[in-house]
Amino acid sequence: MKMLMKGTEAIAEAAIRAGCRLYFGYPITPQSELTEYMAKRMPEVKGTFLQSESEVATVNMLYGAACTGRKVMTSTSSPGFSLMQEGISYMAGAELPAIFINVMRGGPGLGDIQPSQSDYFQSTKGGGHGDYRMIVLAPHTLQEATNMMKEAFDLAFKYRMLVTILVDGMIGQMMEPVELPEWTKPEEFEEPNWALTGANGRKPRKVTSFDLDPYELEKMNLRYQETYKKVSQNEVKYEEFKIEDAEITVVAYGTMARIVKTVIDYARKSGIKVGLFRPITLWPFPYERLSEISKNVKNILTVEMSYGQMVEDVKLAVEEKSDVHFYGRSAGVVPTPAEILDAIKKIVR
Amino acid sequence: MAIDKIVAQMPKSLSKIEFSYCPGCHHGIVHRIVAEVIDELGIASKTIMVAPVGCSVFAYNFFDLDGTVAAHGRAPAVATGMKRALPDRVIFTYQGDGDLASIGTAEIVHAANRGENITTIFINNAVYGMTGGQMAPTTLLGQKTTTSPYGRDAKANGYPIRMSEMLATLDGSAYIERTMVTTPQNVIKTKAAVKKAFQVQLKGLGFSMIEVLSTCPTNWGMTPIESMKWLEDNMTKTFPLGVFVDRTKGLI
Repeated sequence: MKMLMKGTEAIAEAAIRAGCRLYFGYPITPQSELTEYMAKRMPEVKGTFLQSESEVATVNMLYGAACTGRKVMTSTSSPGFSLMQEGISYMAGAELPAIFINVMRGGPGLGDIQPSQSDYFQSTKGGGHGDYRMIVLAPHTLQEATNMMKEAFDLAFKYRMLVTILVDGMIGQMMEPVELPEWTKPEEFEEPNWALTGANGRKPRKVTSFDLDPYELEKMNLRYQETYKKVSQNEVKYEEFKIEDAEITVVAYGTMARIVKTVIDYARKSGIKVGLFRPITLWPFPYERLSEISKNVKNILTVEMSYGQMVEDVKLAVEEKSDVHFYGRSAGVVPTPAEILDAIKKIVR
Repeated sequence: MAIDKIVAQMPKSLSKIEFSYCPGCHHGIVHRIVAEVIDELGIASKTIMVAPVGCSVFAYNFFDLDGTVAAHGRAPAVATGMKRALPDRVIFTYQGDGDLASIGTAEIVHAANRGENITTIFINNAVYGMTGGQMAPTTLLGQKTTTSPYGRDAKANGYPIRMSEMLATLDGSAYIERTMVTTPQNVIKTKAAVKKAFQVQLKGLGFSMIEVLSTCPTNWGMTPIESMKWLEDNMTKTFPLGVFVDRTKGLI
């Protein structure tokens, strides 16, 4: 049965159904409804909701709760995600699984509260210190976002990594019909063999991101890199939409990809064959597939709600096999279908 | 020869790893006290410790317990996450004055204010030890450090912050006491205080903290014995010993 739900609330409910019973958060627009939903819902499912004193505290609460091997999550928006970067680096180093929802808004600084995609660098390139990565998933509909929550927890625990669901204020705030995912039974969750639970009858366990001996720390880092390599090999996801006969392929993710799908219909009606390549995992980025596609298409247009962040990865994938163009608006301004169609027409002509 | 009675031994909750602390530093004494208390209460199997950033960053390895190291100042938030996930476990943080009274003030204040059912061992030696003796928020007025080479000046640097007194004003704080370990008598008093703090947590009464005034002979530029005297003569004037809040009457 489909339900009409707001993006933030649908994501929250899907996380609970995926087995999350620990949520820590701090209010920030445009995602406060997610925090509020958890405040109301967690007690109903015997879970824990805690409003922290800051995003700095939130991420460290997440660190502590994740140490116990439980499914934990938080949600925030861009300025809050910046404050969490310290803890994210520590959690990545301690190989802790957890889910972050970043409902992006316009920046930099206090910016505004309108939709944006300008946290791409921060999410995919490492916003905190050290050589680390986090898995970044970018849904473009509420249905896709809710379906993703179980997968996000599965990935986090399989690889002992952080997973960010990167959406913008549009997906966070919009309402649309959603088929909610099935419930994951709590008994399906097994306590990991690294969890800190009190050393009852076993050797004490230590979970840290720390070793003062550079050769020991290097070993830890090489282990992280090995994990990242496996994820890059096994977990890349993308969608291809009408690219078979395309004379120009647009690369876009999230809300922008959704708008581009509308543009493709307009363009094709006026005789321009446009396709869409939509990365679903922003990290690991689908370099290989995009590289193949670029061999058969003359023009690639990257469209973002930023001044050009993902386009750098697109260029790395394409390696000048085709011409890479860019169109973007940021600061909370969402490009219209007409603007994008104009950008396409300028290139094709 | 059979042993009739063991009168002294290493606490089981300490690991075999050698302490890395300087001669005359009080971390070792306080570690031992905490470990003895955990042994005596029989709670090692359900205790998780959160070490800080600072000299005691290695504490996670010195205790034979499940443990982690928090980011600088964030131990109370990490402990909160653990306690909320596993309410029946015993969670304690071990923090220095740079960690707790400077960079981590927000985390400790709000953990205490929530009445978070955790225990904090707070080592106050009036300097940053690990980084080489810089001024801490607890540095005494006039005290010379590497970043207050002319002595701490209230006009430029403010005043020594009294965390125990401050946190005691919060309704969530169940038990807060300040002690020192300069004499055997004081060691016994500190152990009783630490034990009480853990009992507060076991009874679910709320936030408990024991502040232990400690020496740092290396960074104070004194011998261990001179340091003890300096602590007793000077630090206790700014940081008086005592119980600042006790909401356990009739409950422990």
